[in-house]
Amino acid sequence: MATVIIPTPLRKFTNNTPRLEIKAGNVKEVLHDLSLNFPELKKHLLDEKGSIRSFVNIFVGDDDIRNLQQEQTEVKENTVISIVPAIAGGAPPTSPEGGLSSTTKDEILFSKEELARYNRHIIIPGFGIEAQQKLKAAKVLVIGSGGLGSPVLLYLAAAGVGTLGIVDFDVVDDSNLQRQVLFGVDEVGVLKVNAAKKRLQALNPYIEIVVHSTQLTSKNALEILKDYDVIADGTDNFPTRYLVNDASILLDKPNVYASIFQFEGQVSVFNYKNEKGEPGPNYRDLYPTPPPPGLVPSCAEGGVLGVLPGIIGSLQALEVIKVITGVGEPLSGKFFTFDALTFETRTFNIRRNRDNPLNGDNPTITALIDYEQFCGVKAVETPIKEITAKELYDWQVRGEKFQLIDVREPLEYDIVNIGAELVPLATVSGYADNIFRDKKVVVHCKVGGRSAKAIRELEEKFGFDNLYNLKGGILAYIDEVRPELTKY
Amino acid sequence: MEINIIIFGQLRDLLGKGLVLNDVADTDSLTRVLNEKYPGLAHSTYRIAVDKEIVTENTLLPQNCTVALLPPFSGG
Repeated sequence: MATVIIPTPLRKFTNNTPRLEIKAGNVKEVLHDLSLNFPELKKHLLDEKGSIRSFVNIFVGDDDIRNLQQEQTEVKENTVISIVPAIAGGAPPTSPEGGLSSTTKDEILFSKEELARYNRHIIIPGFGIEAQQKLKAAKVLVIGSGGLGSPVLLYLAAAGVGTLGIVDFDVVDDSNLQRQVLFGVDEVGVLKVNAAKKRLQALNPYIEIVVHSTQLTSKNALEILKDYDVIADGTDNFPTRYLVNDASILLDKPNVYASIFQFEGQVSVFNYKNEKGEPGPNYRDLYPTPPPPGLVPSCAEGGVLGVLPGIIGSLQALEVIKVITGVGEPLSGKFFTFDALTFETRTFNIRRNRDNPLNGDNPTITALIDYEQFCGVKAVETPIKEITAKELYDWQVRGEKFQLIDVREPLEYDIVNIGAELVPLATVSGYADNIFRDKKVVVHCKVGGRSAKAIRELEEKFGFDNLYNLKGGILAYIDEVRPELTKY
Repeated sequence: MEINIIIFGQLRDLLGKGLVLNDVADTDSLTRVLNEKYPGLAHSTYRIAVDKEIVTENTLLPQNCTVALLPPFSGG
């Protein structure tokens, strides 16, 4: 049997069936079968002479039949045939069924301003006011407000999700701005949750933003997650990935997952209950155990193309909206991958594993575990020692003996410097022999991000324990103690 | 019997973007052959999909199938 996929606008002619199984040897026979069973559909597919209408494209597998053997294109067992009309038809508005049903629609009202704001949602056939009410009633927790979290939060806020929670402990860094579009230059050094709340509230004043300015841990995860309906995982490390997965299972909540690496992205919807109440697969069905420590680089180590989390995070936001509203089919039991370099997308099927330690046949994990131990890596790098601009100035005035290193680039050094030795970040390891071990060493850059990296590298590779990061970098130093110097 | 293998994520550093192998009966033999050819692979974590189905047990490889090697990554 071949599968014929009917597009939404034409489903009113197929008794709302999205997929039809048809026995046929070629496309012509498929169309004949459709015409017999659905005479109304025939008018939209074929003209008076029985030829396929020019604005209807038919694909067999991934290929347009115009590039194959037209109507004679062979159809085999398991062939998927897609009907893609160029002009979208006007399906009558229908109310989406399913999705979250925590609140009855009578309790959710919209002001005149909100109705105007959400007009383009409300007029979509099959979405309408009912789906918008579900969005307003929903509480979504976004974990990590970085590359993925930025588009997820922006789109969910814009779409009118009533309560948006954000978990992040970090501050905005210069190196974030290439992809974390929630933030601008003015927010560098500010707590991400606070910067995000300000931006999102400006985008949509009709929703509530709840901030959790903390690192998600086994101790606080259940308490933080329990009040939300849907979890969106946009964290950047394996321990937190497994933590979010396990906490979602223990609390029985859907987890919309996305992850990125260099030019590739992954998306799936975990622990999504179907209409029978059966949960779909979760992260442990896909990856039962984490990779060996150190083998998979993070974005900070491996890099990531800035627009990639924009694409993948937008897909994640889409799936959150589908889970909430019940519109369409969520990516449950499926694992989507996107390769930006070749523009190839693939969707794999995943199944529940009987050996899943959380919800398989014999669950062995009934409470959250130590995920850093499980993954063999730290979720967050250990803090480094810091010195404020005022303290550094005091040392200088007192004539204290210390070494001062600037890890910026020569061009920046020429604009303004505070008499440090210039050792650009990329060259610090080669300079290790010239760094003092018997007295304090202060490392600085423009705002503190690169110098922190330099210190971690030197501590890890050479075992230094006398390195101090200048908090806020040279900009803070100029602001606090030497306002006459040039800022850039 | 050709088997088309597509590679994802970090495994591309080791195996390239894709390769074609002949005469491999099932996924267990496939891992054996690949581990011999690419010793670093044995230490990697990844999932195998045969014609878009992610498989957890040894699975026969049908003629001209496509096998995907899918390592996890955690960037956000």
